[in-house]
Amino acid sequence: MALALVLGLLVALARISKSRILRSIALVYVEVMRGTPLLVQLVYIFFVLPAIGVNIDPVPAGILGLGLNYAAYLSEVFRSAILSVEAGQTEAALSLGYTPGKALWRIVLPQSFIVSLGPIGNYFIAMVKDTALTSVIAVTEILKTANVINAQTFETTQVYTAAALLYLLISLPLSRIVSALEKRARVHV
Amino acid sequence: MSDEVIVSVRDVHKTFTVTKTPGLAQRMRGKRREVNRIEVLKGVDLDVHKGETVVILGSSGSGKSTLLRCMNKLETIDSGRILVNGHLVGYEERGGKLVDEKATVTARKRTDLGMVFQQFNLFLNKTALGNVMAPLQDVKKLSRAAAEAHALESLGKVGLLDRKDNYPSKLSGGQKQRVAIARALAMDPSVMLFDEPTSALDPELVEEVLAVIKAIAAQGTTMVIVTHEMQFARDIADVIVVMDQGIIVEAGTPDEVFFRPKHPKTYALLRRSGLAVEPPGSV
Ligand SMILES: Nc1ncnc2c1ncn2[C@@H]1O[C@H](COP(=O)(O)OP(=O)(O)OP(=O)(O)O)[C@@H](O)[C@H]1O
Ligand SMILES: [Mg+2]
Repeated sequence: MALALVLGLLVALARISKSRILRSIALVYVEVMRGTPLLVQLVYIFFVLPAIGVNIDPVPAGILGLGLNYAAYLSEVFRSAILSVEAGQTEAALSLGYTPGKALWRIVLPQSFIVSLGPIGNYFIAMVKDTALTSVIAVTEILKTANVINAQTFETTQVYTAAALLYLLISLPLSRIVSALEKRARVHV
Repeated sequence: MSDEVIVSVRDVHKTFTVTKTPGLAQRMRGKRREVNRIEVLKGVDLDVHKGETVVILGSSGSGKSTLLRCMNKLETIDSGRILVNGHLVGYEERGGKLVDEKATVTARKRTDLGMVFQQFNLFLNKTALGNVMAPLQDVKKLSRAAAEAHALESLGKVGLLDRKDNYPSKLSGGQKQRVAIARALAMDPSVMLFDEPTSALDPELVEEVLAVIKAIAAQGTTMVIVTHEMQFARDIADVIVVMDQGIIVEAGTPDEVFFRPKHPKTYALLRRSGLAVEPPGSV
């Protein structure tokens, strides 16, 4: 989530920046991330990146995938929030001797952050639900290991039972956490 | 009043370029991109002396706001020079040409000019006190305590100490504008620029803001005021300047301009505001 917030803000700033190159890069990023399924992105990070020599453990891979994906959505929240702050606020700050950067940082962003709080909260809940997707990585990982052990020991039943138990161990608490969080969220919304 | 010139405007020209890009449907019918140029300032000259109050009058669209906004480079200029305390603001001169200067340098020079906007532009997420304190801390780098003491002093000058903890949404229009004045004044600028400070106010709130501006003028603050309040202009101005279609058509003391207008546009403007004046040339 922290990754998504920071990256989302950076992408939003790039999208409203004066530099045409930065704007285009950010736009492509947002469109690609929003245009492809999260599952595909996760699988890509975990299974395709190693093929070109980048190895990532399952947990960082899940965090990275979710963070990159949600950054794209959050950047749109930030962008519209920044644009919703009236030009007069910036002009007042400039006339008082703020540099453009300081006016953005000290005057505009704090106001747009308040505006974004609601949508950010909603995305946060959605993100927690999507953590279940990351278990795809974990499950495949378990199966892969099970295959290896099976090939060595031929204790087929025990190995796959252990794998199934492991999967339950991961997925049960996760779905519990998710539904608990959902319940709490519903109280607040 | 002294001979020292705080703001010097020399032969300033400014053109706005408005580009209209037609929609897809119109483009298919062969419509091209339209570029409209409006020359808003067509060679403006003006000196504002230390301690002087200059009031700018003129009909809507004559370029009054643009002239003020060029002074602190909220707008760029195409040619000519504007010097504040002898320095260009937002530009440096290289080989006779104006080149944008570093943003940090422009920011520092802008503290020489305080600006009050028609729409107040208070920082919405800060209290009255917070609005006045913010630039003192962020720009002047005062400590919290020093900023607060100075801000309270400034709020006192506009009579709003009892509203210091109110957010803008809990202030009347008149109070908002007085906070905005206190905020600009607290930065201790060499000149205050007012762009129609009472035009967005309910009629019954206009007077309290004008009273505050008069009090500031009485303390010898150098000011440039754009207003449509004729009586106020007459009371407060040392010099009245009349703009029309991007040029200054008349400048003089209130008595000269109000009682012996030389330019037909001045005459028309005064007549429109319900003032009984003799037509030019009749005296
Ligand atoms: N950002 C802009 N882009 C394009 N045209 C502009 C812009 N700002 C002002 N203009 C045009 O410049 C002209 C002068 O505007 P300006 O705001 O300086 O007039 P004004 O004398 O302050 O009028 P008012 O009394 O209505 O405030 C107008 O024709 C206006 O439409
Ligand atoms: Mg105006």
